[in-house]
Amino acid sequence: MSKFVVQNLNFYYGKFRALSGITLTILDRQITALIGPSGCGKSTFLRCLNRMNDTINGTRVEGKVLLEGQNIYDRRVNVVELRRRVGMVFQRPNPFPQSVYDNVAFGPRVLGMARSKSQLDDIVEESLRGAGLWEEVKDHLHQDALSFSLGQQQRLCIARAIAVKPEVILMDEPCSALDPIETLQVEELMQTLKANYCIVIVTHSMQQAARVSEWTGFFWLGELVEFDSTAKIFTNPSHPLTENYITGRAG
Amino acid sequence: MLKSESVIGNKRRRFEIVIESLIRVLGFSTIGFVVLIFLFLLRQGLPFFFEVPPVNFFGTRWYPTFGLFGTLPLILGSVLVTLTAIVIALPLGVATAVFVREIAPGWAREILKPLIEVLAGIPSVVLGFFGMNIVAPLVRTTLNVPTGLTAFTGALILAYMALPTIISVAEDALDAVPKSYRDAGLALGATKWQVIWRVVVPAARSGIVVAVMLGLGRAIGETMAVMMVTGNAARMPITPDSLFRPVRTMTATIAAEMGEVAQGSLHFHALFGIGILLFVLTFLINLAAARPIFQKRRRGGLR
Repeated sequence: MSKFVVQNLNFYYGKFRALSGITLTILDRQITALIGPSGCGKSTFLRCLNRMNDTINGTRVEGKVLLEGQNIYDRRVNVVELRRRVGMVFQRPNPFPQSVYDNVAFGPRVLGMARSKSQLDDIVEESLRGAGLWEEVKDHLHQDALSFSLGQQQRLCIARAIAVKPEVILMDEPCSALDPIETLQVEELMQTLKANYCIVIVTHSMQQAARVSEWTGFFWLGELVEFDSTAKIFTNPSHPLTENYITGRAG
Repeated sequence: MLKSESVIGNKRRRFEIVIESLIRVLGFSTIGFVVLIFLFLLRQGLPFFFEVPPVNFFGTRWYPTFGLFGTLPLILGSVLVTLTAIVIALPLGVATAVFVREIAPGWAREILKPLIEVLAGIPSVVLGFFGMNIVAPLVRTTLNVPTGLTAFTGALILAYMALPTIISVAEDALDAVPKSYRDAGLALGATKWQVIWRVVVPAARSGIVVAVMLGLGRAIGETMAVMMVTGNAARMPITPDSLFRPVRTMTATIAAEMGEVAQGSLHFHALFGIGILLFVLTFLINLAAARPIFQKRRRGGLR
């Protein structure tokens, strides 16, 4: 089942055209990886999917991004509600300088999801379990989130994101600040999460894309050069640019 | 060839040494002056504490001509006026800082920031004049009290004076909150206001505490404006309506009486004694203001 259908998307930073004519379909309960060299527009594209680019002055979007058939750039769309449905995990772990509990409870609190303290406790525990962090932090729920390791902080950010029960999780190079073991933990977590969520990940590491994803899109200079199953992209790409990039001859 | 080079080298080095020692002397003299001022204050003020028994100088009546040196009404007067000023200035200052940093569009911020700096530069006597002629009559008529020269009037003027400090320090603190926190909040489906209130302001909390403490330090040491608008009656501000009756602060007492006191008299030393109390008080406030900064530094960097 398709989650996102992107049709002919153009994106501008002022006069600079950062994305041109992007068209692709992202499937639910699958992992879609976006690869390409720095500055190719893959992160910009990811941030188009939950309208995080709205926070940057002087940006402009053309084309359509349909989330379950509804264009998220339609004027009637509530951006706040959109972002609840489409969660995001950032490049650097960015927990709030608050306790572990308050971090996870932030979303449910602002959205009024819990009617009682015990209900909120349940959401926090469930989210931390979902992010595979519960056993490590259950005795330290009220400790400052910044006192944990970067890998734990990133999984906390994932727990915080799933606490608001989103449908999609966007991950913008989620492992670039992590060491190999922490990276492995996050990748394993993604495999469990895809049973319930649609996941889109931007990554610099082609190995990571090959390891975790079902679908891969290759971006080059603001264009989507090729989009296909990960197996096809890494074994038999149809575009010479893709082949040069994944074999290390370009980019 | 070699010789001439070494001569130039020597000349240069001598010049370096002169400049360096000049800077060092200037640097140390600043510290020296502070120490000297403190010693002077102690020399003039300490005799008061030895000559007058504690029962007297912590008494409730300040009548130097009758040998009554109770500083309590003055201390409480300062505390009342200053705390009221902060209670007024804190919400206003933080709200303004939030507006300037988070809500105002870029061009408005460019206008507002220098304007706030200008506020800080208004001489206190001008504000005192404004207080006497505009605020005091307003307080008298709206609150229906016998005189408009009250602790509350002083607090209003002081709040106004502390605002620029509070706004600009709090604004810097908000500015130091990383964009990544805001992004994280927005990405979770929080509104802009929820992000400001639940993420940005708490993250800037220690900076805001510093802002308030610095504002407090500025307010408690303020003299001229306060002297002009508080009525200067050295009464104990312990009745519930004290806020709306005249008070006298420590600073106003020193300023008002220093001109007509006989040098070396007990009264003279008493005024310096008040000076010491004031010094200790401001020192403690500044120490409290610096504490969160030190704590942050120990935890690894200001955030």
